[in-house]
Amino acid sequence: MAKFEISRRKFLTASSLGLSGIALSGCDVFDSGLGIGGGLRSFLENANGLTWRAQRLLAGRDALAPEFTEADIRQPQRPNGVTAPDDDTYKGLLANNFADWRLEVTGLVEKPLSLSREQLQNMPSRTQITRHDCVEGWSCIAKWTGTPLSLVLDQAVVKPQARYVMFHCLDTIEQSLSGDIKYYGTIDLIDARHPQTILAYGLNGKPLPVENGAPLRVRVERQLGYKMPKYLSKIELVDSFANIGGGRGGYWEDNGYDWYGGI
Amino acid sequence: MDTVANNHSAAEADGKDTTLIYRQSRWTRLTHWIWAFSLFFMLLSGLQIFNARPQLYIGKQSGFEFNNTILQIGAENTANGPRGFTEIFGHRFDTTGVLGWSGPPGQETPRAFPSWATIPSYYDLGTARVVHFFFAWILTTTLLIWLIASLINGHIRRDLAPRVSDLRKLPRDIVDHAKLKFHHTREYNTLQKMAYGGVLFVLLPLMIITGLAMSPSMNSVLPWLNEILGGRQTARTIHFTVMLLLVLFFIVHILMILAAGPINELRSIITGWYRTDPPAKHAEPTERSV
Repeated sequence: MAKFEISRRKFLTASSLGLSGIALSGCDVFDSGLGIGGGLRSFLENANGLTWRAQRLLAGRDALAPEFTEADIRQPQRPNGVTAPDDDTYKGLLANNFADWRLEVTGLVEKPLSLSREQLQNMPSRTQITRHDCVEGWSCIAKWTGTPLSLVLDQAVVKPQARYVMFHCLDTIEQSLSGDIKYYGTIDLIDARHPQTILAYGLNGKPLPVENGAPLRVRVERQLGYKMPKYLSKIELVDSFANIGGGRGGYWEDNGYDWYGGI
Repeated sequence: MDTVANNHSAAEADGKDTTLIYRQSRWTRLTHWIWAFSLFFMLLSGLQIFNARPQLYIGKQSGFEFNNTILQIGAENTANGPRGFTEIFGHRFDTTGVLGWSGPPGQETPRAFPSWATIPSYYDLGTARVVHFFFAWILTTTLLIWLIASLINGHIRRDLAPRVSDLRKLPRDIVDHAKLKFHHTREYNTLQKMAYGGVLFVLLPLMIITGLAMSPSMNSVLPWLNEILGGRQTARTIHFTVMLLLVLFFIVHILMILAAGPINELRSIITGWYRTDPPAKHAEPTERSV
């Protein structure tokens, strides 16, 4: 017993000394192993799966994000990420005020759709004043108007094996060696069918401006901003995102953000 | 096991008139070190997360077209080249080299907290979030385990709960601490109870609550939380302020350990065994203070 106490004491003392040594020598010692796909990183990422399951359990399917009043709209919605797509396709559509733009609904659906902006606007709409939370830490309150995504999914009739909604976008977010990468992202069907998940075409009572994602962006009010792609062109129902991009479920996810952005 | 068990006079062993007592239960020791480890990683990953938006606001949202910023760390170009600054309630301080503008000579970059204070050392918000939320689960779970164990083994009732006599002892306790005069007894003194109780029952719970208040998903579960706290951006500001208080606690904690006798203090939080003052010397201040 005594020997054990001493060796444990030595061990703990050595570890705490080691820890302070690490602190003094700078924190780049933790950099290795934290890269995407690294063993340590993958282990730590398990916590995000736990957060996802715990928050799903607590929030359920339909708990609503807080909604605010007109008095809380104190400034234009802060744009972020790509704010003026330089893509020829996009610029062509914009020049024609999106008259030729269509939202394709494809993948694991019984009835693929191709919807014009007018068709979307003629469907029942939802208007909500919500707080946009960026992963960076800032928040901005604005009024969003759009078509509930669940109505579009119902019209397309989702096949039972579908598990995620993937958003294809018109804006190039990165120019890589293997070509331009356009923004993409996925959410699960619970968030896709959430009452506040809308395909927004209106912002603060006006048509959605280019910097905020015209002609159409998604609002996923129980998650952070990077989960709400702008400049939508296609919605694809998939059963897995393992073969999309880096396999982590979205552009920012492939660059290290967690797939679940509810925290 | 957690009461003063197996007391034996160390006088027989080393000839000194002192007593080794079993002071810290295994639950207290284990959770203490898990917290120390977790808080280290939470602090450094938290500073990295802050670097993504090095401003603090009061209210529901961040003012871009109006001003509700109370703290900002940034960099600006001056006639003397780029300088780092920290602005608190409108008062601006030059913090070049540490806050706002830092790095090896000739390779400085604009960053709120310097490279040596963040995990990862380079700018990487996504990775910092992975580290932060992992240790958030560890810290919260450990706090819950500690709470249950300490309710069962009596640690909270016996050692932490303040008594009327603690209030009476407070003035003298403050004087003793100021003079760096420490009494090594089994019991915590009044300031210790206030510090440990404050961290465990106020600061850490507040950290968890304000952390959850920043989660958009949790806002749908507990919509009243941000209303009580004054809005999501105020919650974020409180989260940051409590971090500063925890860092302050850590510094004082370490200084007190060094002043009170680091070997003895470390032994008690590692093995549980603590060397108390000789009874005669100890009796005197107790009698006087009662």
